[in-house]
Amino acid sequence: MTNETSTETRIDDVIEESMMTEPQSPGRLLPEAVDPPGVIETKSMNVYYGDFLAVADVSLNFGRNEISALIGPSGCGKSTVLRSLNRMNDLVPTARTEGEVHYHGENIYADGVDPVEVRRTIGMVFQKPNPFPKSIFDNIAWGAKINGFRGSKAELERLVQEALGAAALWDEVKDKLSDSGYSLSGGQQQRLCIARAIATTPDVILMDEPCSALDPIATLRIEELMLELKENYSIIIVTHNMQQAARVSDRTAFFNVKLDESGMRTGRLVEYSPTDQLFTSPTEKDTEDYITGRFG
Amino acid sequence: MSVEAPERTDRAVFPSEIEYRGQLARRRRKASAFQFFCLAMLSIAVLALATLLYTITNDSFGLVATVNENDPQDIVAELGYDPEVTSLQDVSYDELVGLLETTVSSGVGRRLEREQRFYEDRLVFEDDGTWAEICVSDAPPTGCTSAPRDHSNVFALVQERVVVPDVIASNQLIPSLLEQDAFMQEVAAAFEADRFPDYTIDQVTIEWRAWFNPTFLATPQNSTPEVAGIRTAILGSAWLVLITILFAVPVGVGAAIYLVEYAKPSRLNDFLHTNINNLAGVPSIIYGMLGLAIFVRVFEPFTSGAIFTDGVPPSDNGRTIIAAGLTLGLLTLPVVIISSQEALKAVPDSLRHAGLALGATRWQTVRSQILPVALPGILTGTILAVARAIGETAPLILVGAASFITTDPTGPFSKFTALPIQIFQWTSFPQQEFHNIAAAASVALLLLLLTLNAVAVILRNRYSRRAE
Repeated sequence: MTNETSTETRIDDVIEESMMTEPQSPGRLLPEAVDPPGVIETKSMNVYYGDFLAVADVSLNFGRNEISALIGPSGCGKSTVLRSLNRMNDLVPTARTEGEVHYHGENIYADGVDPVEVRRTIGMVFQKPNPFPKSIFDNIAWGAKINGFRGSKAELERLVQEALGAAALWDEVKDKLSDSGYSLSGGQQQRLCIARAIATTPDVILMDEPCSALDPIATLRIEELMLELKENYSIIIVTHNMQQAARVSDRTAFFNVKLDESGMRTGRLVEYSPTDQLFTSPTEKDTEDYITGRFG
Repeated sequence: MSVEAPERTDRAVFPSEIEYRGQLARRRRKASAFQFFCLAMLSIAVLALATLLYTITNDSFGLVATVNENDPQDIVAELGYDPEVTSLQDVSYDELVGLLETTVSSGVGRRLEREQRFYEDRLVFEDDGTWAEICVSDAPPTGCTSAPRDHSNVFALVQERVVVPDVIASNQLIPSLLEQDAFMQEVAAAFEADRFPDYTIDQVTIEWRAWFNPTFLATPQNSTPEVAGIRTAILGSAWLVLITILFAVPVGVGAAIYLVEYAKPSRLNDFLHTNINNLAGVPSIIYGMLGLAIFVRVFEPFTSGAIFTDGVPPSDNGRTIIAAGLTLGLLTLPVVIISSQEALKAVPDSLRHAGLALGATRWQTVRSQILPVALPGILTGTILAVARAIGETAPLILVGAASFITTDPTGPFSKFTALPIQIFQWTSFPQQEFHNIAAAASVALLLLLLTLNAVAVILRNRYSRRAE
């Protein structure tokens, strides 16, 4: 809570600054200066698919109880970065990650770290809603069960209710918990997936374009939900929608594609700043071109 | 087009309106010709299937001219019953044994008793001394240990040995239906030509006979076609199916799960994949040779059951159900692997990611999310593969299915026969009656296959409904 208020005041300051006065030193709030220390920090991360360098030299610090947005044109590697944060990229047979990704100061790519454990604390919501072909109840309960949930049946029911409540879905589905997850609408399915991720009590939730398959009203609901969730979770979201990033996120990282000498298209981090600052007074020319719609 | 386009290269590239219409007509003709061609091909396929069914049913049912050496009604009357009320099947066990005692020669009687005795406590044909002697010999007959015969068994013996029905002529289904008189005239002509000197035409009964009937299914093999049945063969086939499934399903599904869910793409993986596909195309007789060399010969101590018993093995060699079942399992394995792989690959990756992103291990994801979705496909593929294995004849001949065996298989280490073997054997005899029972056995085999396919469809529907 305290974090949030401090963030808000800081953002207010930034807005005031950008509105009232000339930004004196645009680089003042660079990620290195983030306070308090972030929940996930990448250090000079490179991700390769085979020999192809997909993203190079990403150093980012994602804040606790904040929503961080990753934006950029297609193919800039923002989804790749996101999937590297909970080792989902390991599932791509040719993928290889260099550099370090620290979660609470511990490198999740160190030897002996089990990706299963990483993914339990760093949950993920995907672009297309992907509920299990099971009942709504089982969709939520399964994650808890496989992670060793030892509570009674009543406790499991309470957990399901809490998770669905946290995902703002409880009121809509409380009378049909035994219906298939597929019987829900797209937006409800996506909230079911968020509830499913919450039920395993993660610390961070990664969202890979969670609204791209949804209509504007469902999108709005998810966005409201994200703002509620950030009180308890740290959220990192990839989005194609700049308005969405501007609406919900506290910090935004802009990625762009750069051609290297041999003609390979490699994604690079261009700018990472508080969202208001990035959208009102970007320091980089590329960022300004992108957010003003000159390309991308 | 009313608007004249300015000079454009399109004019030359695309046909004019009139040309286009001409082309369109040609295209239509081509399309309808192709449609007709496909319809014709479909008709050929349907015709072929219809012919198959026609041939089988035609021989399985029809009119027969039967002569009984002893009329069952006379026998019943001699026993003191009213033939109008009591049929031969209704008389008691003791009376049936008595009929056998008075009719068959003592040599045949002793043979029957050694096969299976009539009473628990007394002997009918053998004397006690000889019986005790042969029962302690090195190779005691089955009658020493097995349970005594029952009523239906002895009734079948009476039919075979006392009544001795002889089908002197049989007719096929369609001629029987259409030209009933023609068959009777044929039989009468045969008698006039004195082809059956032992009988008179009065003894002949012309009756409708379904060669495929419940008794046929429940009677063991016999050298007389009129009383032969396929119980032994059905039980043999059932045992084979069981062992095939027990072997091929766990191994095949396990291998498929490894290949799809665990193995990383590699050259070895591609090599394995290609070779499994090739194995699916290997002729079944080659699997038979493999089964003979490995299961019958090398594993003989196991397949004959010798390693499970201290003394006498259940079989004196490896030509047993287990050897044949494993051979068929091996034959089925590639198809099970391929169809399971396809079913697993059809499960969207989003489900795998969803499971893994929740902190599940790969096995938890496969077990709870992937397998239930893939199960209908796996089941369908597997059952169809097993259904194919049931009809296999060549590998069974090689691993040594017995062509004539009258005792039911009692376990995986028994000697056995199977339906296709039985059909194969019967069709090789010249007599028309054997062809009739071969056709009836084919009906049984087809019904078995239809049942299995129906089970596949039902399971698929049930599980895919559940997955939604």
